[in-house]
Amino acid sequence: MSTLTAPVEASPATPARPAYRVTGRRVLASEWAKLWSLRSTWITLGLGLLFLVAFGLIAADHYKSGIGSGQQERDFATATAVSLSLFGTNFAQLALGVLGVLVTAGEYSTGMIRSTLTAVPRRLPVLWSKAAVFGLVALVVATLGVFVAFLSGSHIVSGTPAAMGLSHAGVVRSLLGAGLYLGLVGVIGTALGALLRSVAGGISVLVAALMLVPGLISLLPSSWQDNISPYLPSNAGESMFALTHDSTTLAPGAGLLVFLGWTVLALAGAAYRLVRSDV
Amino acid sequence: MIDAQQLTKRYGEKTAVDGLDFAVRPGTVTGFLGPNGAGKSTTMRMIVGLDAPTSGSVTVNGRTYARHQAPLQEVGALLEAKSVHPGRSAYNHLLALALTHGIPRRRVDEVIELAGLGSVARKRAGAFSLGMGQRLGIAAALLGDPQTVMLDEPVNGLDPEGVLWIRNLLTALADEGRTVFVSSHLMSEMALVADHLIIVGRGRLLADTTVTDLVREAGGDTVRVATQEPARLREALAGPGVGITGRAGSEELQVTGLSAREIGLKAAEHGIALFELTARTVSLEEAFMNLTRDAVEYHGSTTGIETRVAEGSAA
Repeated sequence: MSTLTAPVEASPATPARPAYRVTGRRVLASEWAKLWSLRSTWITLGLGLLFLVAFGLIAADHYKSGIGSGQQERDFATATAVSLSLFGTNFAQLALGVLGVLVTAGEYSTGMIRSTLTAVPRRLPVLWSKAAVFGLVALVVATLGVFVAFLSGSHIVSGTPAAMGLSHAGVVRSLLGAGLYLGLVGVIGTALGALLRSVAGGISVLVAALMLVPGLISLLPSSWQDNISPYLPSNAGESMFALTHDSTTLAPGAGLLVFLGWTVLALAGAAYRLVRSDV
Repeated sequence: MIDAQQLTKRYGEKTAVDGLDFAVRPGTVTGFLGPNGAGKSTTMRMIVGLDAPTSGSVTVNGRTYARHQAPLQEVGALLEAKSVHPGRSAYNHLLALALTHGIPRRRVDEVIELAGLGSVARKRAGAFSLGMGQRLGIAAALLGDPQTVMLDEPVNGLDPEGVLWIRNLLTALADEGRTVFVSSHLMSEMALVADHLIIVGRGRLLADTTVTDLVREAGGDTVRVATQEPARLREALAGPGVGITGRAGSEELQVTGLSAREIGLKAAEHGIALFELTARTVSLEEAFMNLTRDAVEYHGSTTGIETRVAEGSAA
């Protein structure tokens, strides 16, 4: 307990104090380190990647064997190599979205948030950094998974009506769109976690928004359905990576804009709560 | 230097902190005392900006905590509740905090050594014992080499060795000229380390004083003396600065301002026989309890505390 400072500098009268400072880049670096120092990150990202690739391959294989036996299921009538290899998106979005929720809400459930916000009492840089770091990681993992799923899936279905290559019109756009969609789902997860400050609450709202609401909409009168349905997060997101579009869906660019709108909305809610409420 | 002005925090109907005014100065250990639920933790949370005051303000070195460029360098805080992700190792926890400020890894290693966590630094913090968790919290508090160190109930859950370690640490920090602000609900613990005391009850300031002043104001050092000739003894002892009380017809007197030794010598000088001569120091614990008696939130109905207080007022 002799001294608490680093090896004491030359003049003991005025010990030189290092000039520390909180900057945006440093908060980013801290959030990056936090993300990778938890085992759950590796496991969940691995699961997301596995879902993308494995389900894509299973779908492609299922299609191929259906062709072979001559009894094609109706669902597969319009299948393409893209739609088959993106089959795992639905499951991967759960893994990535849940991990996004854990990144923020996990800090509240463990109490870590008190350490975090004591170090960065301005608070908002923490939210932006978490969203940026995890969004980027989810984007990279998802894009990687989608391309691997497509390249191996298209190999399986080559020689069938669904066959497609990367050079086919719209394929690369679809695959990049799927990666971007999953990256943004990750961001929405972090925003919901920060907004609700509860892992269970964040996951529930995420699942409801992406998977349950589209089903509930079908209870509405059909004229309403047509007006509302394309703008729902899940449907707008699907437009981002669907290969073909019709009058009931948004164009890829419009889908991206609408889904970005939902993301911004969730982030704005999270920012408001973070700044306004006690921890 | 911590400066609170009319600091107030209300949660709906309940007022947790009620118009607190106090200053914590560098170079000494300031104890922050009060019964459970007195608002100590809430006050500390407001100091580091985790809770926003309902009204009033609190500044650290002249500014609100959040306005500092390097907050961890201004205040190092150990809060009562756990503030660590159990899945992260102690080293990675400290590193994540250090990265926000550009604090070098060398300093992370230093505080790990300082807190005696060297052998468990790579283990998950969730597997730590209460004492180890407390040491990790203190390592985090010292990470930024802060001017002000603020610890909420630091000895909770520590073994005797840990308690001693904290005591020495607090004194060393104050000797280095830092502001040290430590909360506790145990007067006896505070008496060993603190010079200055800020005592609160039900969110209100009860006393802003020093340990010696607190004892003096609470009745100081009284000597109980019994004799057959109380009237003669009164005369013999009377003098400036001496207070003598006693019930009429009783052989017993309470004397303040003279030591038992002085009283005995004077009595012998005057040939007065004494039956009893007892120095009765008001303990800090008693002084503290007298002060906070009305402010205690949860009274046990038949505890020793009540009995002792009753005895104290009868004596």
